[in-house]
Amino acid sequence: MDEIQTPFPNSRQRSAKPGFAQPRVLVLRSPGANCDEETQFAFNLAGAQAERIHVNRVLEHPAVLEDFQILCVPGGFSYGDDVSAGKILGSQLEYRLGEVLQTFRQRDTLALGICNGFQVLLKSGLLTDDGEPAPPGTLTWNTCGRYEDRWTKLRVDGGRCIFLQGMTEMEFPIAHAEGRFLPRDDATLAKMQSAGQLPLRYTSRSQGDKTGSESVPYPDNPNGSVANVAGICDITGRVFGLMPHPERFIDATQHPQWTRKFDVRDLDGLPPGDGLAIFQKAVRYFA
Amino acid sequence: MLFEVDIYPRVGQPDRMASDVIAAARDLGISHSLQAASARGFLLSGELTQADVQRATKLLLCDSVVESVTIARPGDTELSQRPHDSHAEALFGAEQATEVHVLHKPGVMDPVAGSTRQALRDLGLKIDDVRTLRKYWVARLDDASLDELCRRVLANDAIEHVHQGPLTLDHLDTGRPYVFQKITTQIRDLDDEALLRLSREGQFYLSLAEMRTIQHHFRDQEREPTDVELETIAQTWSEHCSHKTLKGRIAYRDEHGERNFDNMLKETIFAATQEIRRKAGSNDWCVSVFEDNAGVVKFDDQHHVTFKVETHNHPSALEPYGGANTGLGGVIRDTLGTGLGAKPVCNTDVFCFAPPETPAEDLPPGVLHPKRVMQGVVSGVRDYGNRMGIPTVNGAVCFNPRYVGNPLVYCGNVGLLPQDMAFGSAQPDDLIVTVGGRTGRDGIHGATFSSAELTSESEELSGGAVQIGNAITEKMVVDVILQARDRRLFTAITDCGAGGFSSAVGEMGEKIGADVNLEQAPLKYEGLSYTEIWISEAQERMVLAVPEEHWPELEQLCQSEGVEATVIGRFAPTGKLTLRYQQQIVGELDMEFLHDGRPPIIRDANYAPANATPISFPANSGQDANSTLCQILSSLNVASKEWVIRQYDHEVQAGSVVKPLVGVDDNGPSDAAVVRPVISSRRGIVIGCGINPNYGDFDTYHMAASAIDEAVRNCVAVGADPARIALLDNFCWGNTDRPEQLGSLVRASIACQELALELGCPFISGKDSLNNEFRYEDPDGQSHSIIIPPTLLISALGQIDDARRAVTMDLKQFGNLLYLVGMTRNELGGSHFSLATDGSGGDVPSVDASRARQTFASVHAAITAGHVRSCHDLSEGGLAVAAAEMAFAGGIGAKLSLNAVACDFTEWDAAAQGNAATVLLFSESNSRFLCEVPRNKADAFETALADVPHSQIGETVDSSRLQIHGLSGIPSGELDDTVALVIDADLAELKSAWQTPLNW
Repeated sequence: MDEIQTPFPNSRQRSAKPGFAQPRVLVLRSPGANCDEETQFAFNLAGAQAERIHVNRVLEHPAVLEDFQILCVPGGFSYGDDVSAGKILGSQLEYRLGEVLQTFRQRDTLALGICNGFQVLLKSGLLTDDGEPAPPGTLTWNTCGRYEDRWTKLRVDGGRCIFLQGMTEMEFPIAHAEGRFLPRDDATLAKMQSAGQLPLRYTSRSQGDKTGSESVPYPDNPNGSVANVAGICDITGRVFGLMPHPERFIDATQHPQWTRKFDVRDLDGLPPGDGLAIFQKAVRYFA
Repeated sequence: MLFEVDIYPRVGQPDRMASDVIAAARDLGISHSLQAASARGFLLSGELTQADVQRATKLLLCDSVVESVTIARPGDTELSQRPHDSHAEALFGAEQATEVHVLHKPGVMDPVAGSTRQALRDLGLKIDDVRTLRKYWVARLDDASLDELCRRVLANDAIEHVHQGPLTLDHLDTGRPYVFQKITTQIRDLDDEALLRLSREGQFYLSLAEMRTIQHHFRDQEREPTDVELETIAQTWSEHCSHKTLKGRIAYRDEHGERNFDNMLKETIFAATQEIRRKAGSNDWCVSVFEDNAGVVKFDDQHHVTFKVETHNHPSALEPYGGANTGLGGVIRDTLGTGLGAKPVCNTDVFCFAPPETPAEDLPPGVLHPKRVMQGVVSGVRDYGNRMGIPTVNGAVCFNPRYVGNPLVYCGNVGLLPQDMAFGSAQPDDLIVTVGGRTGRDGIHGATFSSAELTSESEELSGGAVQIGNAITEKMVVDVILQARDRRLFTAITDCGAGGFSSAVGEMGEKIGADVNLEQAPLKYEGLSYTEIWISEAQERMVLAVPEEHWPELEQLCQSEGVEATVIGRFAPTGKLTLRYQQQIVGELDMEFLHDGRPPIIRDANYAPANATPISFPANSGQDANSTLCQILSSLNVASKEWVIRQYDHEVQAGSVVKPLVGVDDNGPSDAAVVRPVISSRRGIVIGCGINPNYGDFDTYHMAASAIDEAVRNCVAVGADPARIALLDNFCWGNTDRPEQLGSLVRASIACQELALELGCPFISGKDSLNNEFRYEDPDGQSHSIIIPPTLLISALGQIDDARRAVTMDLKQFGNLLYLVGMTRNELGGSHFSLATDGSGGDVPSVDASRARQTFASVHAAITAGHVRSCHDLSEGGLAVAAAEMAFAGGIGAKLSLNAVACDFTEWDAAAQGNAATVLLFSESNSRFLCEVPRNKADAFETALADVPHSQIGETVDSSRLQIHGLSGIPSGELDDTVALVIDADLAELKSAWQTPLNW
């Protein structure tokens, strides 16, 4: 029996170049967060130095944020998504850490919210631009009425978002019940659209690129999001939330069709997953 | 002050709860014209003003983009009006509608209420308590239908109550204080009849012999037992906890003669494992089998993997959501309670239901409609597994009308365990620490109740056995336990499952003794007696043995993540179980009597094989294979389970390599799941299962053998190494007090023993659920029993060195060759062909175990060498279904010739020979695979398969059709495409037949 573990081929990328500043990432644990380990792994693979820290530690010592360049709220079910998805952790961040988080945000840092983390960021006000009275919208129940796990194709719209620099198309899975983006009102939607703050959209998996005005039907738009919005960023492009899971596609074998899509005769030549780039863009921002 | 907050979907937003109610009312035939709207609500009590509640609503409770709200005191008329901008008001306007409130019964777990209470306190509100409610507005329904709607759709009265009209309460009931009174039960002077009555009325479900043993024990002690002592004995001796039937003495008789067992499981299934381990010598890869909460086998140079599958049938019959929810929660705690705590890495779930389209009027009294059961069970598993962040990667759903009173819910979990954490044992004077959820009145008598048979009154008798889980509490427990484990803060751990503290503490302290102060256990609410505390099966609790010097660190760690941990006693080296409440001893039992005092029971078991009759072929079976194929594809057992699978997160933890749905549109049926449990490693685990209740009516030996073959071949089909596949058995049977029920079970166990040995696949753990019978009286007062078909689930845990060697079942490329591996025999007994054509008789598939072993090894060699582009096992529906699934999953056509299929034609009877094409298309012979092989790998593939039957039966083609050429005479083993097609079908049509039935 072969007991030797094959090393993960991409792990060589973990060693950063000499002289390259490794940004520190705070992956925020909370009761019910459950994608923290793979998110930490993805950041480390991309060259960052990621730590998983419980929200209680941050509440006890808010100054801990000063040691980090990137804040990431990972996927999961913070506080069970009781009341509504991300709401309780979002309100904890807003009412108990509001000031330190605003200071953090003003420091030329990055913040990333994935799935439940996006719901948290949105509901905590961290995606609310200065001068706006309320978050730009909400994330509510999928139009199909249930939780679903399925792969989606995404296209990048505009160059505002730091995490999506130079990217055009990608595939990630979604896994959520409450991911339908609804803007606060039409004016907010229009404003965000023209400012490039709706940088990630669901698109048709079979028919290639589509423009934002066209409706993409279920299941390609898996939750009924207005304008097919899969992710939004703040006006600086440094705070980004998305429903799909980039940390679930950093290796070829995570793709549902990897056995047909890639050349499986050359196992060591399998490409990394599309998601790795998002974490790499975040790391390079500090290079 | 008490306030009610009703939150409505706004105009233009979907009203999900109302849509579900309307659909259920239609499905159950209650109403086709029902109009409904809904609101979710909160009852908030505390030192609150209207302004406080408005603030709470704005900051936390209501999402104003999609919802509107009404806030008032219960009983205020405002609450009986709908907000003007609500969906409800838009729907009803001036129409008369009835207001219905649904609230949890007191003491039922309500996770949202708990989180909301804490979050509102964090916002500075003076909240005492929170309850949630659901509110419905219903119209176009007569009074009788309204009552039926309330009872069967809006609420489940096992856990909820319904209030029609406005709520009138002015405070929230928080339970009453408990007045301590030590209770003893007179047992020493009872006669047999009174002993049996005590057993029944106390819900102990013990036999007369057992009750007499208890009586003698206390006569020897010269005292009467206390209530908590009797409860402890009943729980420890319950079938659920002691497995006394299968581990007991059995006198078994079948057509081969008589066999006497002292411990049936030990002498069959367990014996096979011991033999496999002995043969393996220093290469033994089992670590801990049939001992701990889960079986443990070696994985890589740092980790072991653990595997356990549990059933939660009785609770799921009464409250499908809660039953399945806590079933999964329980098996996850088994993983956490294995060794010094394994990390849960994936779930598997298998369900058996009556057909969901069963007309409501055909249901016996007292059962829930199977569609509602299925929806509830799927939701329960979904909400627990997804919240825990554990991917649900494999499963099956079987349908048979005989599951109507006893649906089966199997929940499994795989764990990852550092090698040096494989064993734990409590040390004398270690503290007994409970970690996690609080103790409440939920789940009283679950262990003894699950050992009894269900009746139409079970719901009233055993409502307390029903529980709802709180996954986030359990997730928090997992998070701290794994940290505490790595800091070595405890010496042993187990979960509080059936029997609660009684079972957990009793087992951990079996060899030492234990002294417990029951009033120290944290309670959810006042009013629990010491006995209720001891036997409560409240969820999300683990019990740890903690050396005193580590307690402060453990306590601090738990506190830091908001997890409650409490010392409730000590493993005192007394050999006794001592229970105290308020300084008084309320129970004291010798550990020895408790664990070894149960009298042996000798049971009779008989098995008489069913009379063999030849298969009946319908007159037109040869002509209409196309429609038979579509019929099988759309039969519920075979049809796509995508509706279920997509609701489970099967990718969290990011180790998913082969998903449950594969192919060009991500929706073909995968054979087994491949998962990398260590995120930085390429090594994978493979999870598959085998179950086929249809074969049990023919011969439970062949049913068991086929299930094992299926579980193993599913794993092999995706790339697992057949030399490293571990198995679990889960028997769900009828009442084994009846010799023929027990006989069919023993026969299946013998098959497990023989197959495990032949295949070299050890059983590492298992569980049984007996008494799956439903008793009811019809309107004429006649008593009836519905017995489930004997149902054996075999779960398989395989391993794959490099997960990049895994293959999937979808056809990849036209121009490749298709090989059928394995021998096709005339085995249509119990097949889906028989079910689809209302046929009967025939030979049920058997397993040629030594050939199976060779086949698995050869297919594995071919896959590992990279010769195979796709591989699918042949199971329900045989070759035709496997070929159809591969083709439509890959979106690639296939052309086959039955003439080339390897078969033992000369041994068939005349009828089968006359219907040879039908047999070759639909026979369910075991140990077969259909493989897609590139032309340039054909020679190498054939060399790898040299020792087992195989033949090229066709190729993949650039078309969207499945075409299968029939026979011109005796199958020659050569391709022949000059014969007429017996199957000629469009892939889209086949796929649609397969996808439609369960596409809810």
